[in-house]
Amino acid sequence: MSVESNGASRPVVEIRNLSRRFGAAEALADVSLSIPRGVVFGLVGTNGAGKTTLIKHAMGLMRAQAGSVSVFGLDPVSNPTAVLSRVGYLAELNELPEWMRVEELINFTRAFYPSWDDRYAQSLRQNFELEPHKTVGALSKGQRARLGLLLALSYRPELLILDEPSSGLDPLVRRDILRAIIKTIAQEGRTVLFSSHLLDEVERVADRVAIINGGRIIQNDDLETLKSSYHRVVFRFGSAPQAMPQLEGYFNWQGGDRHWSACYRGDVEQAGKLANAEIVEHTPLSLNEIFLALVSSRGASRGEHA
Amino acid sequence: MQIHVSPDDGLPVYKQIFNQVKYLVASGVLTPGEELPPIRALAEQLLINPNTVARAYRELEHAGIVFKRGTAGTYVSDAPSPFARRERLRVLRQRIDALLADARHMGVEVEELKKLIDERDEIMRGEHKQKGMIHER
Repeated sequence: MSVESNGASRPVVEIRNLSRRFGAAEALADVSLSIPRGVVFGLVGTNGAGKTTLIKHAMGLMRAQAGSVSVFGLDPVSNPTAVLSRVGYLAELNELPEWMRVEELINFTRAFYPSWDDRYAQSLRQNFELEPHKTVGALSKGQRARLGLLLALSYRPELLILDEPSSGLDPLVRRDILRAIIKTIAQEGRTVLFSSHLLDEVERVADRVAIINGGRIIQNDDLETLKSSYHRVVFRFGSAPQAMPQLEGYFNWQGGDRHWSACYRGDVEQAGKLANAEIVEHTPLSLNEIFLALVSSRGASRGEHA
Repeated sequence: MQIHVSPDDGLPVYKQIFNQVKYLVASGVLTPGEELPPIRALAEQLLINPNTVARAYRELEHAGIVFKRGTAGTYVSDAPSPFARRERLRVLRQRIDALLADARHMGVEVEELKKLIDERDEIMRGEHKQKGMIHER
């Protein structure tokens, strides 16, 4: 593969110290991240955490108030054509013209993309069982998502950006979307950025995961690194403690009576011990559990422990 | 190849694949020389990142459970390695532990359980013999 000629070592997306306010509300605060070529990058966070705002900056739909955004080494705001012709985009509320027929919309979109692959578009249309003569307005929500996916994939973009693609869709459509992501990365050199709050989907397909909370990136790691750095440790106390236990390095305590558990970040063998409790077991956490532990312990325990 | 992964399981997905293939080989469902599905195909079947499948295959190769034939594919290793035997024993130990726990729960003594195992063994052997005789006819 000779992708080196257009800069294989340069990240596909590079965001530096990006901040954004909407009035008094801080939507993004000093966000920095970079997405290397060939990586599936999962952006996770609660509703309103800043996922969509971040993605809109990468698409050039919003101008950076502070900091910088570059996609393929270009500023997407000042080079919309050069950037967007290489980006496939599917958003949760994908706005398609209701009055157009499926076939017309496909032909219309094709005109914008020199790299459009007709055979691929047709095979997707058949796989997705999209009837060419139906109007977009007559399609179900799931079929609209599939059509949006077809339009985003058919010019074989180098970067696929999916903003909450699975939100509110049935499992069959979600499976089609996941399959599309997997096929996209199986073709060498393609990159995917997708946001989701369906963490088991992120865990299936992501190489790298960034957790965004209140406009800040609170975690940004390889999925494997992330998963191996958190454990839930179960303690059994000799007698029930009077108050919630506290121990350096542990957070998100749960339980009651003699059994308590907490999350621990780092090498669990090195973890501190409690004098009046024994460690019964420690288990790895799913991304979902890590996310919940991190996000729910923010604010509640911020500044509370050392 | 029947494999199921559940990302919610805490155990990394590549490890889930590793364990299940190991189990399929140890239990004889996958036989020596049999080809594992190509990485892309399994990734699409399980709806997971191909890199994850690749990692599982790599670790299986390191453990001597499978081998790569150039770039052609991944195959189950020939000789039942000491590893496979260890693995079989590990699986059996787990089953025995579960059985012992059940027995204790139901108030059945270990000695009684051992007798029961012998009894069942005789019955199963008997059935095999009968089947064998039918075949011989």
